[in-house]
Amino acid sequence: MTDSSNGPALTRRAAYEARLRRRSALIAAGSSAVIVLAIVILVPLAPGWTAVKKSFFNAEVFARTFPGLLQAFLMDIAIFAWCAPLIAIMGLAIALCRDVRNPVLFPLRAFGALYTDIFRGLPVILVIYLIGFGIPGLGLPRPWNSPYIWGSLALIVVYAAYVAEVIRSGIDSIHQSQRAAAQSLGLSEADTMRYVVLPQALRNVVPANMNLFIALQKDVALLSFIGPVEIFRQAGVYKSLMANFTPYVGAALIFLAITIPATRYADYLMSRQRGRR
Amino acid sequence: MSFLSIRGVRKRFGDNAVIRGIDLDVGKGELVCLIGASGSGKSTLLRCINLLEPIDDGEIFLDGVDIAEPGLDPRPVRQRVGMVFQSYNLFPHMTAVQNVMLAPRRVKSMTPAQLAEPVRALFRRFGLEDHMDKYPDALSGGQQQRVAIIRALAMEPEILLLDEITSALDPELVGEVLDVLRKLRGDGMTMILATHEMAFAREVADKVCFLNQGQILESGTPEAIFTAPTHDRTRAFLKRVL
Ligand SMILES: Nc1ncnc2c1ncn2[C@@H]1O[C@H](COP(=O)(O)OP(=O)(O)O)[C@@H](O)[C@H]1O
Ligand SMILES: [Mg+2]
Repeated sequence: MTDSSNGPALTRRAAYEARLRRRSALIAAGSSAVIVLAIVILVPLAPGWTAVKKSFFNAEVFARTFPGLLQAFLMDIAIFAWCAPLIAIMGLAIALCRDVRNPVLFPLRAFGALYTDIFRGLPVILVIYLIGFGIPGLGLPRPWNSPYIWGSLALIVVYAAYVAEVIRSGIDSIHQSQRAAAQSLGLSEADTMRYVVLPQALRNVVPANMNLFIALQKDVALLSFIGPVEIFRQAGVYKSLMANFTPYVGAALIFLAITIPATRYADYLMSRQRGRR
Repeated sequence: MSFLSIRGVRKRFGDNAVIRGIDLDVGKGELVCLIGASGSGKSTLLRCINLLEPIDDGEIFLDGVDIAEPGLDPRPVRQRVGMVFQSYNLFPHMTAVQNVMLAPRRVKSMTPAQLAEPVRALFRRFGLEDHMDKYPDALSGGQQQRVAIIRALAMEPEILLLDEITSALDPELVGEVLDVLRKLRGDGMTMILATHEMAFAREVADKVCFLNQGQILESGTPEAIFTAPTHDRTRAFLKRVL
């Protein structure tokens, strides 16, 4: 890019930028150290600190509950694993409904629009309550009264709306001339979508969809409100048993271990995509 | 009746009457050039012939059959009428050869094995055999446009519509694309070419039509149009571009 790649010596500009980088690294490290020090010194001075430390950062409770929390987290992963593919399929189907151009199929379009409007307009927890309590309330026989089924369905219908919207924006981002080229070759509308528009559109929205699925992984914990024993619920059980909040801290750490790398990766994909344009 | 016969075609976008009653005849094996200022309706006319835009009024006869009849399935027509665009419009997620094979496979249900040899022959003929497996963004503009022409030819169209196919190219790449057209002309391919390459039009066209505000103001042999234009506007246009 610059001369620095072929010349041995640093260019003036590269040297200047290196200086700037060193300085900002120093500032960042220095200010972080000050804040950490302040927390370490000042927080223990607070009158309630010993109590908080005992109830939130209790090493013994942590060690005893952590394996159980990990175990419960497998349930979160399982719920995520069966919801995610269904969300992807349903989101795609609704996005395609919203894209039909044939005026005869207008009702499909309207359905797609109404669907995304409704489910993006409601708090997730409300949908979980309505579906998760409402449908089993009809007096269905086992296993059809399971909160696992209806809770998952609630997550699926809500997240499908978001995924549909993301995919639709991807479809819209493909220039009209691509469709014109496909159609001028005699391709049908369906083939044009399948072979020309969708492959490009889906690739463009991978990072946005990843962010949605990270949010889904967190929202699985909301199902605990209607019954399923996943990590948040399990942490609550431990809290009651041991009269200690440390299990919540353990649960938080487990979530972060998944979501931080995933978010970083999505950001990386996003910036790489911007770079390509 | 000629091979392609356009009668009284009209097209408007909202209040904007873009094609205002056009008659045009193209004989088999002829090359007709459309010239005219930008905005005069050249692209729209070509898109109408390929049924990418539905026309409001008039008839378009291909081999004696009115292809513009409302409600008719446009796809069989588009197989017979190839189109190449100013901005190439290659599919960026497919290699050159995948771009070329997509339509024959999906529309004509041909297998890759059936297509391999004829497609390779097309690439070889237009000097792109070494670039078959490259993605469009690894090709120069001239190469991309030649792939786009091959893509249209792979459907074995009876007529080719070419919309300012050299306008997006760097000047030094224009020649290689025009050479392709000379070859096709030698094959007897029927073509309609919207172009700003006046020298080329003069060299190869059987007929030149000057479009002005959605109407063909004047048409005739290149000789007649370029040396003895009868209309003031044609003279003014040629003065500007020559
Ligand atoms: N899809 C469209 N919608 C609305 N107006 C259009 C559309 N396509 C072309 N036009 C208008 O039609 C006129 C002719 O455009 P065009 O056929 O592209 O001319 P040319 O190819 O000769 O430059 C222009 O005024 C343009 O704005
Ligand atoms: Mg044009």
